[in-house]
Amino acid sequence: MKIFGIPIFPEQASTFAKDVDALYFFIFTVSAFFALAVAVSVIYFGLRYHRNHDGEIGARIEGSLPLELLWSVIPTLIAMVMFGWGASVFYHLRRPPDEAMQIYAVGKQWMWKFQHLEGQREINELHIPAGRPIKITISSEDVLHSLYFPSFRTKMDAIPGRYTELWFEAQAPGTYHIFCTEYCGTNHAGMIGSVTVLDPPQYQAWLQGGGIEGTLAQRGAKLFTSLQCDTCHLDAGQGRGPSLRDIVGTTVTLQDGSTAVVDDAYLRESILNSQAKIVNGFKPLMPTFQGLISEENLIALIEHVKSMSPKGATTAAPAAPPAATGAAPDRPEKK
Amino acid sequence: MLDTLKIPGRHYLNDGHSLRSWLFTKDHKRIAIMYLMSISIMFFIGGMFAVGIRFELATPQGDFVTADTYNKFFTMHGVIMVFFFLIPSIPAVLGNFLIPPMIGAKDLAFPRINLLSLYIFWIGAAFTLYSMVVGGVDTGWTFYTPYSATASNTSVVPTAVGIFIAGFSSILTGLNFIVTIHRMRAPGMTWFRLPLFVWAHYATSLVQVLGTPVIAITLVMLGVERGLGFGIFDAARGGDPVLFQHLFWFYSHPAVYIMILPALGVQSELISTFSRKTIFGYSFVAFSSLAIAVFGFIVWAHHMFVAGISTYAAMVFSFLSFSVAIPSAVKVFNWSATLYKGSVSFDTPMLYAYGFMGLFAIGGLTGLFLATLGLDVHMHDTYFVVAHFHYIMVGGAIMGYLGGLHFWWPKMTGRMYSEFFSRVSAIMVFVGFNVTFFPQFVVGYLGMPRRYHSYPDEMQVLNVMSSAGATVLGLGYVLPVLYFLYSLRRGAVAGPNPWGASGLEWHLQSPPLTENFVEVPEVINEPYEYEHSVVKEKERV
Repeated sequence: MKIFGIPIFPEQASTFAKDVDALYFFIFTVSAFFALAVAVSVIYFGLRYHRNHDGEIGARIEGSLPLELLWSVIPTLIAMVMFGWGASVFYHLRRPPDEAMQIYAVGKQWMWKFQHLEGQREINELHIPAGRPIKITISSEDVLHSLYFPSFRTKMDAIPGRYTELWFEAQAPGTYHIFCTEYCGTNHAGMIGSVTVLDPPQYQAWLQGGGIEGTLAQRGAKLFTSLQCDTCHLDAGQGRGPSLRDIVGTTVTLQDGSTAVVDDAYLRESILNSQAKIVNGFKPLMPTFQGLISEENLIALIEHVKSMSPKGATTAAPAAPPAATGAAPDRPEKK
Repeated sequence: MLDTLKIPGRHYLNDGHSLRSWLFTKDHKRIAIMYLMSISIMFFIGGMFAVGIRFELATPQGDFVTADTYNKFFTMHGVIMVFFFLIPSIPAVLGNFLIPPMIGAKDLAFPRINLLSLYIFWIGAAFTLYSMVVGGVDTGWTFYTPYSATASNTSVVPTAVGIFIAGFSSILTGLNFIVTIHRMRAPGMTWFRLPLFVWAHYATSLVQVLGTPVIAITLVMLGVERGLGFGIFDAARGGDPVLFQHLFWFYSHPAVYIMILPALGVQSELISTFSRKTIFGYSFVAFSSLAIAVFGFIVWAHHMFVAGISTYAAMVFSFLSFSVAIPSAVKVFNWSATLYKGSVSFDTPMLYAYGFMGLFAIGGLTGLFLATLGLDVHMHDTYFVVAHFHYIMVGGAIMGYLGGLHFWWPKMTGRMYSEFFSRVSAIMVFVGFNVTFFPQFVVGYLGMPRRYHSYPDEMQVLNVMSSAGATVLGLGYVLPVLYFLYSLRRGAVAGPNPWGASGLEWHLQSPPLTENFVEVPEVINEPYEYEHSVVKEKERV
């Protein structure tokens, strides 16, 4: 939206944008009402009861319990509506659908690096198809960053040492801002880029272009060999490390009897700090890779491990439904 | 009538003229005056950095200073304004000066500790100013790890030491106020006869005493992380960078209430005095201060909705954040209702009080946007947040401080300032403030992130408006320095009670005696009774 050619409202380029903006206008209307009510009453009282002579004093009015209750309870109720509405929009923002297309982002002083499963890598630019939910898993190589798409109305911090994620479904083809919104040092304001939303056929064409050395999982497979992971993690299960086939999404039992679900966070920890959670029955033989492997290579390795578990992997078709429910195994179905 | 008034022969300002009589004073009023001078200097230093920021942002390119310099500007602006101006402002100056006379006491409970708090403040300020002279600091006033711990190569530790030290000053002031309010009230000055200014300071003091140790501990952790290589916040060694944010905001969110609660107390005094009427719903206004202080401690994670906390934790903190909005709203409604059937006059302090109502209302209401989870994801760390907290901390706290200073200046100095120029200044501050910060709401929703040295071209017009408003605001802040200094020599003599106010402090001569009261007064009236004399004056000086 523009006034005199100056943009004053961001484009609505994702499916969330309308929901978020509707919430914004609701709170704006309520706020404007209360602000005006207060402004009008204080100005009116100020003029109506303006002091007429020096010795004048105001009427003795101590207060009114009904009024106090009224103006405590009504704002409380309105606030609860805001809370509930905001929480429901947030819940939606935070739960990527299972069929979302996976992209990885790594923040690094001062650039955004994006990796597509098909193998494309981009810096400060991101190409995505319109009309398809997209989940971005975010990590950081150094300090805090925050990946922000104002036109999609979403952002998420990049935190060293863990994965965070956001998702959206872009609607309108076009080019939009990417900002870093968590202060990260000298060139924080230069850690910006653009996201290009393409029609699906154009996106397919874009994917074909450019020379790429295999998919992300294939790059991971090469690393799996070069880092000698394959010498212990044998497929058949007689290796010194557990077999990784079909492991993603399962629950493993650890040495101390507790259990852990094998997800991105578990895989990440088990590579970087391998002694942390040893699967029961195995010895703590694996070296730690903390500081020895970049965030990007870590992503490739994890994608490779996922590709060995077609059921739980992000690239896979919807998993075979468990007998009765028909729901995906590890996450409630969404609309 | 005014020329019949004379400055009394003996008062706290002429009770000793040597430097020594000031530096070793135990008089809460002299300590307040020294605080006033100290924080005014800090305010103008912090203000110079703001000038630099607005100058840079007048154009989209980063062309006035380098990115590193810009990053230091907004960091040092925040550090100085928050820790060395806003937190001490009303409590250390107005609270220090007024709490004893308001409750009928001759001084605070611990006069020496009061002086100690000033010295500690000076030492803390010296450390922080030193760190700026030797190169400054660029982490943002929030010192988020791991940037502050490992990446920044600026003077993080000296700045943190300065803040750490100044924190003790804040704790001692709060402790002194709590004990004073409990133990030093004059006969008949029951809790529900206390001025609301005192209630607000009581609530503030609780936050200062309970919250400040947490920032001290956090800064020590940052210091050992940075200096000695501990791994508390280092993910590679099993630490957690987000832990710092929890600890930081556990203090720094309540710290917002350290800044705003005293201003709410000032506001109650101004509204009552200039409508010559008791505050509507005294006990609701008093208890809402306590409610804000208590709720203020359990909302910190609303600064972290996109920092990887769980969805359900975010919902709990969103819910609690809405609950802190209610007592603030209750206060605004009570002030408005107080004006009803009052005898309203628009002297300069009342102009500030009206300005405060407008700005605090906008600041509070925009807080609702940010407490709303679905909206905060979009708005977090944009200029919307910058505008919001400036409406609270500048529009609220500084308007309250200036309103209070204009209200009690005649009591503190015995003289009146220029009515014309003070009205001009009040209007310039209000208009300049809105022109500066309202466009920032718009540019924030548009997506402009905080702490950006350069920005996309299409956001320039709103930024130029903001910089233009800042010029008016800055001049509005300089003007009072001139007419206040002028009033010290040439101002009309104020007399004990130029506003016809009801508080106990207005029964003292202006400026008051060193010992405030010759004899301990006995309070027989309810607060804000304009119908009767407030004290049974056994002896009038």
